[in-house]
Amino acid sequence: MNREDFNMLKKNIVYLDNGATTLKPNCVKEAIDDYYDNYTANAHRGDYKTSLVVDNKYEETRSKIKNFINAKEGSEIVFTSGATQSLNYIIFGYFKNVLQKDDEVLITVSEHASNILPWFILTKEIGIKVKYIELDENYKVTIDNVKKAITNKTKVISIAHITNVVGDIRPIEEISKIAHKNNILLVVDAAQSIAHTKVDVQKMDVDFLVFSGHKMYGPTGIGVLYGKYDLLEKMHPVNYGGGMNALFTKDGYIELREVPIRFEAGTPNIEGVIGLSSAIDYINNIGINNIEQYERELRKYLIDKLKELDFIEIYNSNTDSGAVAFNIKNVFAQDTAIYLDKYNICVRAGNHCAKILSDALKVNNTCRISLSFYNTKEEIDLLINVLKNSKNIYNEIL
Amino acid sequence: MDSSERRNIILKNYQDNTNRKDVEDSDYIKVNSRNASCIDNINIYIKINDDIIEDIKFNGEACVIAISSTVTLINNLIKKNIDEALNIIDNYEKMVDGLDYDSQVLNELLAFDDISKQPSRKICATLASRKIKEILEKSM
Ligand SMILES: Cc1ncc(COP(=O)(O)O)c(C=O)c1O
Repeated sequence: MNREDFNMLKKNIVYLDNGATTLKPNCVKEAIDDYYDNYTANAHRGDYKTSLVVDNKYEETRSKIKNFINAKEGSEIVFTSGATQSLNYIIFGYFKNVLQKDDEVLITVSEHASNILPWFILTKEIGIKVKYIELDENYKVTIDNVKKAITNKTKVISIAHITNVVGDIRPIEEISKIAHKNNILLVVDAAQSIAHTKVDVQKMDVDFLVFSGHKMYGPTGIGVLYGKYDLLEKMHPVNYGGGMNALFTKDGYIELREVPIRFEAGTPNIEGVIGLSSAIDYINNIGINNIEQYERELRKYLIDKLKELDFIEIYNSNTDSGAVAFNIKNVFAQDTAIYLDKYNICVRAGNHCAKILSDALKVNNTCRISLSFYNTKEEIDLLINVLKNSKNIYNEIL
Repeated sequence: MDSSERRNIILKNYQDNTNRKDVEDSDYIKVNSRNASCIDNINIYIKINDDIIEDIKFNGEACVIAISSTVTLINNLIKKNIDEALNIIDNYEKMVDGLDYDSQVLNELLAFDDISKQPSRKICATLASRKIKEILEKSM
Protein backbone atom coordinates (compact mmCIF):
# COMPACT_ATOMS: atom_id res chain seq x y z
CA MET A 1 0.00 0.00 0.00
CA ASN A 2 0.99 3.64 -0.55
CA ARG A 3 4.45 2.88 -1.90
CA GLU A 4 4.44 6.01 -4.04
CA ASP A 5 4.68 8.14 -0.90
CA PHE A 6 8.17 6.86 -0.05
CA ASN A 7 11.17 8.02 -2.05
CA MET A 8 13.34 5.34 -0.44
CA LEU A 9 11.20 2.70 -2.14
CA LYS A 10 12.20 4.08 -5.52
CA LYS A 11 15.79 3.08 -4.83
CA ASN A 12 15.39 -0.55 -5.74
CA ILE A 13 15.58 -1.81 -2.18
CA VAL A 14 13.44 -4.29 -0.32
CA TYR A 15 13.21 -2.77 3.12
CA LEU A 16 12.38 -5.41 5.72
CA ASP A 17 13.84 -3.76 8.80
CA ASN A 18 10.86 -1.74 9.93
CA GLY A 19 11.32 -2.82 13.54
CA ALA A 20 14.57 -0.85 13.57
CA THR A 21 13.11 2.22 11.92
CA THR A 22 10.47 2.87 9.29
CA LEU A 23 10.91 4.81 6.09
CA LYS A 24 9.45 8.30 5.99
CA PRO A 25 6.67 9.40 3.66
CA ASN A 26 7.15 12.61 1.71
CA CYS A 27 4.58 14.48 3.78
CA VAL A 28 6.76 14.17 6.90
CA LYS A 29 9.72 15.64 5.10
CA GLU A 30 7.60 18.40 3.60
CA ALA A 31 6.16 19.34 6.99
CA ILE A 32 9.68 19.70 8.37
CA ASP A 33 10.77 21.75 5.35
CA ASP A 34 7.75 23.94 5.80
CA TYR A 35 8.81 24.71 9.37
CA TYR A 36 12.31 25.66 8.29
CA ASP A 37 11.17 27.57 5.22
CA ASN A 38 8.14 29.40 6.55
CA TYR A 39 7.92 29.70 10.31
CA THR A 40 11.22 28.91 12.03
CA ALA A 41 11.15 30.10 15.64
CA ASN A 42 11.55 28.65 19.11
CA ALA A 43 8.60 27.21 21.04
CA HIS A 44 6.94 28.58 24.18
CA ARG A 45 8.25 32.06 23.46
CA GLY A 46 5.20 33.40 21.61
CA ASP A 47 6.20 37.04 21.28
CA TYR A 48 5.76 37.35 17.53
CA LYS A 49 3.71 35.80 14.77
CA THR A 50 5.94 32.93 13.63
CA SER A 51 6.71 31.87 17.13
CA LEU A 52 3.02 31.69 17.83
CA VAL A 53 2.60 29.42 14.83
CA VAL A 54 5.26 27.15 16.33
CA ASP A 55 3.52 27.11 19.70
CA ASN A 56 0.24 26.23 18.10
CA LYS A 57 1.69 23.42 16.01
CA TYR A 58 3.54 22.08 19.01
CA GLU A 59 0.50 21.95 21.26
CA GLU A 60 -1.71 20.79 18.40
CA THR A 61 0.59 17.79 18.01
CA ARG A 62 0.29 17.01 21.68
CA SER A 63 -3.43 16.95 21.30
CA LYS A 64 -3.19 14.84 18.15
CA ILE A 65 -1.14 12.27 20.07
CA LYS A 66 -3.62 12.36 22.90
CA ASN A 67 -6.34 11.40 20.42
CA PHE A 68 -4.14 8.85 18.67
CA ILE A 69 -3.61 6.86 21.87
CA ASN A 70 -6.92 7.96 23.43
CA ALA A 71 -5.42 9.59 26.50
CA LYS A 72 -7.78 11.57 28.72
CA GLU A 73 -5.83 14.82 28.66
CA GLY A 74 -3.22 16.45 26.47
CA SER A 75 -1.28 17.12 29.66
CA GLU A 76 -0.60 13.39 29.91
CA ILE A 77 1.61 13.54 26.80
CA VAL A 78 5.29 14.41 27.31
CA PHE A 79 7.64 14.86 24.34
CA THR A 80 10.97 13.07 24.69
CA SER A 81 13.71 12.01 22.29
CA GLY A 82 12.31 8.49 21.97
CA ALA A 83 11.20 5.35 23.75
CA THR A 84 14.59 4.96 25.44
CA GLN A 85 14.50 8.41 26.97
CA SER A 86 10.86 7.98 27.95
CA LEU A 87 11.61 4.76 29.83
CA ASN A 88 14.62 6.29 31.54
CA TYR A 89 12.53 9.30 32.51
CA ILE A 90 9.78 7.16 34.01
CA ILE A 91 12.21 4.94 35.88
CA PHE A 92 14.52 7.66 37.21
CA GLY A 93 11.96 10.46 37.48
CA TYR A 94 9.10 8.50 38.96
CA PHE A 95 10.00 5.05 40.22
CA LYS A 96 13.33 5.96 41.75
CA ASN A 97 11.42 8.25 44.10
CA VAL A 98 8.62 5.89 45.06
CA LEU A 99 10.19 2.44 45.16
CA GLN A 100 11.95 1.10 48.20
CA LYS A 101 14.53 -1.53 48.98
CA ASP A 102 13.33 -5.07 48.11
CA ASP A 103 10.38 -3.83 46.06
CA GLU A 104 10.06 -5.95 42.96
CA VAL A 105 9.67 -5.03 39.31
CA LEU A 106 8.51 -7.67 36.84
CA ILE A 107 9.91 -7.70 33.32
CA THR A 108 10.64 -10.51 30.83
CA VAL A 109 13.81 -11.68 29.10
CA SER A 110 12.47 -10.49 25.76
CA GLU A 111 12.37 -6.82 26.73
CA HIS A 112 14.47 -4.29 24.89
CA ALA A 113 17.63 -3.14 26.67
CA SER A 114 16.00 0.23 27.34
CA ASN A 115 13.40 -1.49 29.51
CA ILE A 116 15.96 -3.60 31.38
CA LEU A 117 19.10 -1.61 32.05
CA PRO A 118 17.48 1.35 33.86
CA TRP A 119 15.84 -1.14 36.24
CA PHE A 120 19.18 -2.85 36.78
CA ILE A 121 20.58 0.53 37.80
CA LEU A 122 17.78 0.92 40.37
CA THR A 123 18.72 -2.46 41.85
CA LYS A 124 22.13 -0.95 42.55
CA GLU A 125 20.97 2.52 43.55
CA ILE A 126 18.03 1.73 45.81
CA GLY A 127 18.04 -2.04 46.18
CA ILE A 128 14.92 -3.00 44.24
CA LYS A 129 14.76 -6.49 42.72
CA VAL A 130 14.23 -7.30 39.06
CA LYS A 131 12.19 -10.48 38.55
CA TYR A 132 11.20 -12.15 35.31
CA ILE A 133 7.76 -13.30 34.19
CA GLU A 134 8.34 -16.73 32.71
CA LEU A 135 7.59 -17.12 28.98
CA ASP A 136 5.65 -20.08 27.61
CA GLU A 137 6.95 -22.41 24.88
CA ASN A 138 6.09 -19.84 22.21
CA TYR A 139 7.91 -17.12 24.21
CA LYS A 140 4.59 -15.53 25.12
CA VAL A 141 3.48 -13.94 28.37
CA THR A 142 0.46 -15.80 29.75
CA ILE A 143 -1.88 -14.50 32.40
CA ASP A 144 -1.10 -17.53 34.54
CA ASN A 145 2.59 -16.77 34.45
CA VAL A 146 1.97 -13.14 35.35
CA LYS A 147 -0.07 -14.27 38.34
CA LYS A 148 2.64 -16.71 39.35
CA ALA A 149 5.33 -14.04 39.23
CA ILE A 150 3.47 -11.54 41.41
CA THR A 151 4.41 -11.43 45.10
CA ASN A 152 3.40 -9.00 47.82
CA LYS A 153 6.60 -7.11 46.99
CA THR A 154 5.71 -6.54 43.33
CA LYS A 155 5.21 -2.84 42.65
CA VAL A 156 5.70 -2.53 38.89
CA ILE A 157 5.19 -4.61 35.75
CA SER A 158 7.19 -3.14 32.89
CA ILE A 159 6.78 -4.90 29.55
CA ALA A 160 6.54 -4.33 25.84
CA HIS A 161 3.17 -4.37 24.13
CA ILE A 162 4.85 -6.17 21.22
CA THR A 163 8.44 -7.40 21.57
CA ASN A 164 11.08 -6.62 19.01
CA VAL A 165 12.58 -10.05 18.34
CA VAL A 166 9.77 -12.53 18.83
CA GLY A 167 7.00 -10.08 17.99
CA ASP A 168 4.56 -11.59 20.45
CA ILE A 169 1.60 -9.42 21.41
CA ARG A 170 0.98 -9.14 25.14
CA PRO A 171 -2.57 -9.20 26.57
CA ILE A 172 -2.10 -5.78 28.13
CA GLU A 173 -5.72 -5.25 29.10
CA GLU A 174 -5.86 -8.42 31.16
CA ILE A 175 -2.44 -7.87 32.65
CA SER A 176 -3.50 -4.39 33.67
CA LYS A 177 -6.54 -5.74 35.53
CA ILE A 178 -4.41 -8.16 37.49
CA ALA A 179 -1.78 -5.52 38.14
CA HIS A 180 -4.23 -2.96 39.46
CA LYS A 181 -6.03 -5.51 41.60
CA ASN A 182 -2.67 -6.01 43.31
CA ASN A 183 -1.76 -2.31 43.52
CA ILE A 184 0.90 -2.73 40.88
CA LEU A 185 1.66 -0.06 38.29
CA LEU A 186 1.92 -1.06 34.64
CA VAL A 187 4.52 0.45 32.29
CA VAL A 188 4.10 -0.46 28.63
CA ASP A 189 6.73 -0.12 25.92
CA ALA A 190 4.74 0.45 22.74
CA ALA A 191 7.76 1.11 20.49
CA GLN A 192 6.99 -1.92 18.31
CA SER A 193 3.21 -1.71 18.40
CA ILE A 194 2.34 1.95 17.94
CA ALA A 195 2.48 1.89 14.13
CA HIS A 196 0.99 -1.57 13.70
CA THR A 197 -2.04 -1.93 15.94
CA LYS A 198 -4.44 0.29 17.87
CA VAL A 199 -2.96 1.50 21.13
CA ASP A 200 -5.65 2.83 23.47
CA VAL A 201 -4.22 3.78 26.85
CA GLN A 202 -7.63 4.05 28.53
CA LYS A 203 -8.94 0.76 27.22
CA MET A 204 -5.70 -0.95 28.16
CA ASP A 205 -5.66 1.05 31.36
CA VAL A 206 -1.90 1.45 31.45
CA ASP A 207 -0.16 3.77 33.90
CA PHE A 208 2.76 4.73 31.68
CA LEU A 209 3.37 4.10 27.99
CA VAL A 210 6.26 5.00 25.69
CA PHE A 211 7.04 5.03 21.97
CA SER A 212 9.36 6.53 19.36
CA GLY A 213 8.42 8.67 16.38
CA HIS A 214 10.88 7.05 14.01
CA LYS A 215 9.26 3.62 14.20
CA MET A 216 5.92 5.16 13.16
CA TYR A 217 6.99 6.87 9.94
CA GLY A 218 8.10 10.01 11.75
CA PRO A 219 11.53 11.56 12.31
CA THR A 220 14.26 10.26 14.61
CA GLY A 221 14.92 12.05 17.89
CA ILE A 222 11.30 12.49 18.91
CA GLY A 223 9.21 10.25 21.13
CA VAL A 224 6.44 10.20 23.65
CA LEU A 225 6.03 9.49 27.33
CA TYR A 226 2.42 8.98 28.34
CA GLY A 227 1.54 8.88 32.02
CA LYS A 228 -1.71 9.13 33.95
CA TYR A 229 -1.98 12.70 35.13
CA ASP A 230 -1.84 11.98 38.86
CA LEU A 231 1.34 9.95 38.35
CA LEU A 232 2.98 12.64 36.24
CA GLU A 233 2.24 15.10 39.02
CA LYS A 234 4.39 12.97 41.30
CA MET A 235 7.16 12.47 38.75
CA HIS A 236 10.32 14.52 39.28
CA PRO A 237 11.98 16.30 36.39
CA VAL A 238 15.22 14.66 35.29
CA ASN A 239 16.39 17.74 33.38
CA TYR A 240 16.28 21.26 34.76
CA GLY A 241 16.66 24.46 32.79
CA GLY A 242 14.79 26.81 30.56
CA GLY A 243 11.14 26.41 29.74
CA MET A 244 10.33 24.10 32.63
CA ASN A 245 10.55 26.56 35.53
CA ALA A 246 7.99 29.18 36.50
CA LEU A 247 10.25 31.04 38.88
CA PHE A 248 13.58 30.74 40.64
CA THR A 249 15.41 32.95 43.06
CA LYS A 250 18.97 33.58 44.15
CA ASP A 251 18.70 31.41 47.23
CA GLY A 252 17.89 28.30 45.22
CA TYR A 253 14.11 28.36 45.32
CA ILE A 254 12.56 26.81 42.19
CA GLU A 255 8.95 26.77 41.17
CA LEU A 256 8.18 24.35 38.39
CA ARG A 257 5.84 24.91 35.51
CA GLU A 258 2.82 22.70 35.06
CA VAL A 259 2.76 19.07 33.88
CA PRO A 260 3.84 18.18 31.18
CA ILE A 261 5.89 21.33 30.38
CA ARG A 262 8.08 20.78 33.43
CA PHE A 263 9.44 17.61 31.83
CA GLU A 264 10.45 19.35 28.61
CA ALA A 265 13.45 21.41 29.69
CA GLY A 266 15.40 23.23 27.04
CA THR A 267 14.54 23.92 23.43
CA PRO A 268 12.53 20.94 22.27
CA ASN A 269 12.92 18.99 19.05
CA ILE A 270 10.50 21.20 17.18
CA GLU A 271 11.08 19.76 13.73
CA GLY A 272 10.63 16.32 15.28
CA VAL A 273 7.28 17.26 16.79
CA ILE A 274 6.13 18.76 13.50
CA GLY A 275 7.28 15.71 11.54
CA LEU A 276 5.60 13.39 14.02
CA SER A 277 2.39 15.33 13.66
CA SER A 278 2.44 14.72 9.94
CA ALA A 279 3.25 11.02 10.46
CA ILE A 280 0.21 10.60 12.68
CA ASP A 281 -2.01 12.24 10.08
CA TYR A 282 -0.51 9.88 7.56
CA ILE A 283 -1.25 6.77 9.64
CA ASN A 284 -4.75 8.01 10.42
CA ASN A 285 -5.42 8.50 6.73
CA ILE A 286 -4.56 4.91 5.92
CA GLY A 287 -6.25 3.70 9.09
CA ILE A 288 -4.47 1.69 11.77
CA ASN A 289 -6.94 -1.18 11.42
CA ASN A 290 -6.27 -1.43 7.68
CA ILE A 291 -2.55 -1.43 8.41
CA GLU A 292 -2.92 -4.17 10.98
CA GLN A 293 -5.02 -6.36 8.75
CA TYR A 294 -2.75 -5.95 5.73
CA GLU A 295 0.42 -6.64 7.71
CA ARG A 296 -1.13 -9.71 9.27
CA GLU A 297 -1.96 -11.17 5.87
CA LEU A 298 1.50 -10.36 4.62
CA ARG A 299 3.10 -12.06 7.60
CA LYS A 300 1.06 -15.19 7.03
CA TYR A 301 2.18 -15.20 3.41
CA LEU A 302 5.81 -14.79 4.47
CA ILE A 303 5.65 -17.53 7.09
CA ASP A 304 3.95 -19.96 4.69
CA LYS A 305 6.61 -19.35 2.06
CA LEU A 306 9.49 -19.61 4.52
CA LYS A 307 8.09 -22.87 5.87
CA GLU A 308 8.39 -24.40 2.41
CA LEU A 309 12.16 -23.99 2.66
CA ASP A 310 13.56 -26.86 4.71
CA PHE A 311 16.92 -25.16 5.21
CA ILE A 312 15.33 -22.23 7.04
CA GLU A 313 14.76 -22.27 10.76
CA ILE A 314 11.96 -19.99 11.99
CA TYR A 315 11.99 -19.15 15.70
CA ASN A 316 8.60 -17.48 16.08
CA SER A 317 6.11 -18.89 13.61
CA ASN A 318 3.41 -18.77 16.28
CA THR A 319 3.25 -15.07 16.92
CA ASP A 320 0.96 -12.53 15.31
CA SER A 321 2.89 -9.35 14.69
CA GLY A 322 5.05 -8.51 11.69
CA ALA A 323 8.38 -9.74 13.05
CA VAL A 324 9.91 -12.99 11.84
CA ALA A 325 13.16 -14.29 13.34
CA PHE A 326 14.95 -16.90 11.26
CA ASN A 327 18.28 -18.35 10.23
CA ILE A 328 19.55 -20.28 7.25
CA LYS A 329 20.59 -23.50 8.98
CA ASN A 330 24.33 -23.57 9.69
CA VAL A 331 24.89 -20.06 8.44
CA PHE A 332 25.75 -17.23 10.79
CA ALA A 333 22.98 -14.61 10.91
CA GLN A 334 25.25 -11.79 9.84
CA ASP A 335 26.48 -13.73 6.82
CA THR A 336 22.85 -14.23 5.78
CA ALA A 337 22.19 -10.51 6.15
CA ILE A 338 25.25 -9.68 4.08
CA TYR A 339 24.10 -12.11 1.41
CA LEU A 340 20.60 -10.61 1.30
CA ASP A 341 22.10 -7.15 1.16
CA LYS A 342 23.81 -8.14 -2.10
CA TYR A 343 20.28 -8.27 -3.50
CA ASN A 344 19.34 -5.00 -1.78
CA ILE A 345 17.19 -6.80 0.76
CA CYS A 346 17.55 -5.13 4.15
CA VAL A 347 17.13 -7.36 7.20
CA ARG A 348 18.62 -7.07 10.65
CA ALA A 349 21.08 -9.62 12.05
CA GLY A 350 21.96 -9.91 15.69
CA ASN A 351 20.47 -10.14 19.11
CA HIS A 352 18.30 -7.06 18.53
CA CYS A 353 19.12 -5.37 21.83
CA ALA A 354 17.53 -8.30 23.64
CA LYS A 355 20.72 -9.95 24.78
CA ILE A 356 19.20 -12.05 27.55
CA LEU A 357 16.60 -13.58 25.27
CA SER A 358 19.17 -15.88 23.68
CA ASP A 359 18.89 -18.40 26.52
CA ALA A 360 15.18 -18.81 25.84
CA LEU A 361 15.49 -18.98 22.07
CA LYS A 362 18.53 -21.26 22.43
CA VAL A 363 20.22 -19.32 19.68
CA ASN A 364 22.33 -16.22 20.09
CA ASN A 365 21.74 -14.48 16.84
CA THR A 366 18.97 -14.39 14.29
CA CYS A 367 17.99 -12.54 11.17
CA ARG A 368 14.89 -10.51 11.69
CA ILE A 369 12.35 -9.47 9.11
CA SER A 370 9.92 -6.82 10.28
CA LEU A 371 7.13 -5.77 7.95
CA SER A 372 5.31 -2.58 7.12
CA PHE A 373 2.21 -1.80 5.06
CA TYR A 374 4.42 -0.76 2.15
CA ASN A 375 5.92 -4.22 1.84
CA THR A 376 4.36 -6.47 -0.78
CA LYS A 377 3.94 -10.13 -1.67
CA GLU A 378 6.20 -9.50 -4.66
CA GLU A 379 8.97 -8.40 -2.32
CA ILE A 380 8.49 -11.53 -0.27
CA ASP A 381 8.62 -13.65 -3.42
CA LEU A 382 11.91 -11.99 -4.26
CA LEU A 383 13.26 -12.68 -0.77
CA ILE A 384 12.20 -16.32 -1.03
CA ASN A 385 13.87 -16.65 -4.40
CA VAL A 386 17.12 -15.23 -3.13
CA LEU A 387 16.98 -17.55 -0.13
CA LYS A 388 16.32 -20.50 -2.45
CA ASN A 389 19.50 -19.67 -4.30
CA SER A 390 21.56 -19.44 -1.15
CA LYS A 391 23.29 -22.82 -1.55
CA ASN A 392 26.41 -21.01 -2.69
CA ILE A 393 26.07 -18.24 -0.20
CA TYR A 394 29.81 -18.08 0.50
CA ASN A 395 30.69 -17.79 -3.15
CA GLU A 396 28.61 -14.68 -3.20
CA ILE A 397 29.69 -12.99 -0.03
CA LEU A 398 33.40 -13.74 -0.20
CA MET B 1 45.71 -13.94 -5.38
CA ASP B 2 42.69 -14.42 -7.64
CA SER B 3 39.24 -14.44 -6.21
CA SER B 4 38.49 -18.14 -6.51
CA GLU B 5 41.79 -19.05 -4.84
CA ARG B 6 41.03 -16.54 -2.10
CA ARG B 7 37.54 -17.92 -1.60
CA ASN B 8 38.77 -21.52 -1.50
CA ILE B 9 41.22 -20.77 1.28
CA ILE B 10 38.70 -18.75 3.28
CA LEU B 11 36.07 -21.47 3.01
CA LYS B 12 38.46 -24.34 3.72
CA ASN B 13 39.63 -22.65 6.91
CA TYR B 14 36.11 -21.60 7.88
CA GLN B 15 35.17 -25.27 7.94
CA ASP B 16 38.32 -26.40 9.72
CA ASN B 17 37.29 -27.19 13.29
CA THR B 18 40.65 -28.59 14.45
CA ASN B 19 41.33 -25.73 16.84
CA ARG B 20 37.72 -24.68 17.40
CA LYS B 21 36.98 -25.81 20.93
CA ASP B 22 36.81 -24.47 24.46
CA VAL B 23 39.69 -25.29 26.78
CA GLU B 24 39.54 -25.79 30.55
CA ASP B 25 43.30 -26.02 31.07
CA SER B 26 44.90 -23.39 33.31
CA ASP B 27 48.06 -23.44 31.18
CA TYR B 28 46.07 -21.50 28.62
CA ILE B 29 45.46 -17.76 28.81
CA LYS B 30 41.83 -17.06 27.98
CA VAL B 31 40.67 -13.90 26.29
CA ASN B 32 37.35 -12.83 24.82
CA SER B 33 37.10 -10.85 21.62
CA ARG B 34 33.94 -9.15 20.44
CA ASN B 35 32.79 -6.64 17.93
CA ALA B 36 30.22 -4.49 19.68
CA SER B 37 28.91 -3.03 16.46
CA CYS B 38 28.08 -6.45 15.07
CA ILE B 39 27.61 -9.76 16.77
CA ASP B 40 30.98 -11.49 16.51
CA ASN B 41 31.93 -13.01 19.83
CA ILE B 42 34.70 -15.57 20.40
CA ASN B 43 36.91 -16.84 23.20
CA ILE B 44 40.57 -17.43 22.43
CA TYR B 45 42.86 -19.70 24.47
CA ILE B 46 46.62 -19.35 24.16
CA LYS B 47 49.31 -21.58 25.62
CA ILE B 48 52.79 -20.05 25.70
CA ASN B 49 55.81 -22.00 26.83
CA ASP B 50 58.93 -19.92 27.44
CA ASP B 51 58.97 -17.90 24.27
CA ILE B 52 57.03 -20.31 22.06
CA ILE B 53 53.32 -20.36 21.26
CA GLU B 54 52.54 -24.00 22.00
CA ASP B 55 48.88 -23.92 21.09
CA ILE B 56 45.91 -21.69 20.36
CA LYS B 57 42.25 -22.73 20.44
CA PHE B 58 39.10 -20.67 20.02
CA ASN B 59 35.35 -21.03 20.15
CA GLY B 60 32.33 -18.83 19.63
CA GLU B 61 30.11 -17.34 17.01
CA ALA B 62 31.10 -14.96 14.29
CA CYS B 63 30.77 -14.32 10.58
CA VAL B 64 32.65 -16.27 7.95
CA ILE B 65 35.41 -13.66 7.61
CA ALA B 66 35.97 -13.47 11.36
CA ILE B 67 36.04 -17.24 11.90
CA SER B 68 38.14 -18.00 8.86
CA SER B 69 40.69 -15.27 9.59
CA THR B 70 40.92 -16.57 13.16
CA VAL B 71 41.61 -20.12 11.98
CA THR B 72 44.11 -18.96 9.39
CA LEU B 73 45.94 -16.77 11.87
CA ILE B 74 46.07 -19.52 14.49
CA ASN B 75 47.51 -21.96 11.94
CA ASN B 76 50.23 -19.43 11.22
CA LEU B 77 51.09 -18.66 14.82
CA ILE B 78 51.32 -22.08 16.46
CA LYS B 79 54.95 -23.07 17.21
CA LYS B 80 56.27 -19.61 16.40
CA ASN B 81 58.15 -17.59 18.99
CA ILE B 82 56.59 -14.38 20.22
CA ASP B 83 58.69 -12.09 18.04
CA GLU B 84 57.88 -14.02 14.92
CA ALA B 85 54.22 -14.12 15.85
CA LEU B 86 54.05 -10.38 16.47
CA ASN B 87 55.75 -9.79 13.16
CA ILE B 88 53.13 -11.90 11.38
CA ILE B 89 50.30 -10.05 13.11
CA ASP B 90 51.90 -6.71 12.38
CA ASN B 91 52.16 -7.45 8.69
CA TYR B 92 48.69 -8.96 8.58
CA GLU B 93 47.16 -5.88 10.14
CA LYS B 94 49.11 -3.64 7.77
CA MET B 95 47.70 -5.63 4.86
CA VAL B 96 44.18 -5.30 6.21
CA ASP B 97 44.74 -1.56 6.65
CA GLY B 98 45.92 -1.22 3.04
CA LEU B 99 49.52 -0.34 4.01
CA ASP B 100 52.79 -1.79 2.70
CA TYR B 101 53.48 -5.19 4.20
CA ASP B 102 55.83 -8.14 3.92
CA SER B 103 53.90 -10.83 2.06
CA GLN B 104 56.61 -13.46 2.73
CA VAL B 105 55.46 -14.12 6.30
CA LEU B 106 51.72 -14.32 5.73
CA ASN B 107 51.12 -17.60 3.86
CA GLU B 108 47.37 -18.28 3.65
CA LEU B 109 46.58 -15.02 5.45
CA LEU B 110 47.12 -13.47 2.01
CA ALA B 111 43.62 -14.68 1.20
CA PHE B 112 42.41 -11.67 3.18
CA ASP B 113 44.35 -9.17 1.07
CA ASP B 114 41.28 -7.46 -0.33
CA ILE B 115 39.65 -6.76 3.04
CA SER B 116 41.35 -3.37 2.93
CA LYS B 117 38.87 -2.48 0.21
CA GLN B 118 35.91 -3.35 2.45
CA PRO B 119 36.29 -1.03 5.43
CA SER B 120 33.24 -2.43 7.22
CA ARG B 121 34.84 -5.89 7.34
CA LYS B 122 38.18 -4.88 8.84
CA ILE B 123 36.83 -5.45 12.33
CA CYS B 124 35.78 -8.96 11.31
CA ALA B 125 39.17 -9.81 9.86
CA THR B 126 41.01 -8.59 12.97
CA LEU B 127 38.71 -10.12 15.59
CA ALA B 128 41.41 -12.56 16.71
CA SER B 129 44.58 -10.68 15.78
CA ARG B 130 43.79 -7.67 18.00
CA LYS B 131 43.45 -9.76 21.15
CA ILE B 132 46.21 -12.26 20.43
CA LYS B 133 48.56 -9.32 19.90
CA GLU B 134 47.64 -7.91 23.32
CA ILE B 135 48.33 -11.23 25.02
CA LEU B 136 51.65 -11.69 23.24
CA GLU B 137 52.81 -8.18 24.08
CA LYS B 138 51.98 -8.78 27.73
CA SER B 139 53.90 -12.06 27.70
CA MET B 140 57.16 -10.55 26.45
C1 LIG C 1 10.60 -2.87 22.00
C2 LIG C 1 11.49 -1.67 21.91
N1 LIG C 1 11.58 -0.83 22.95
C3 LIG C 1 12.36 0.26 22.91
C4 LIG C 1 13.11 0.57 21.81
C5 LIG C 1 13.98 1.77 21.84
O1 LIG C 1 13.59 2.72 20.91
P1 LIG C 1 14.52 3.97 20.60
O2 LIG C 1 15.84 3.42 20.18
O3 LIG C 1 13.82 4.67 19.48
O4 LIG C 1 14.59 4.79 21.84
C6 LIG C 1 13.06 -0.28 20.70
C7 LIG C 1 13.90 0.00 19.52
O5 LIG C 1 14.41 -0.87 18.86
C8 LIG C 1 12.24 -1.42 20.75
O6 LIG C 1 12.16 -2.26 19.72
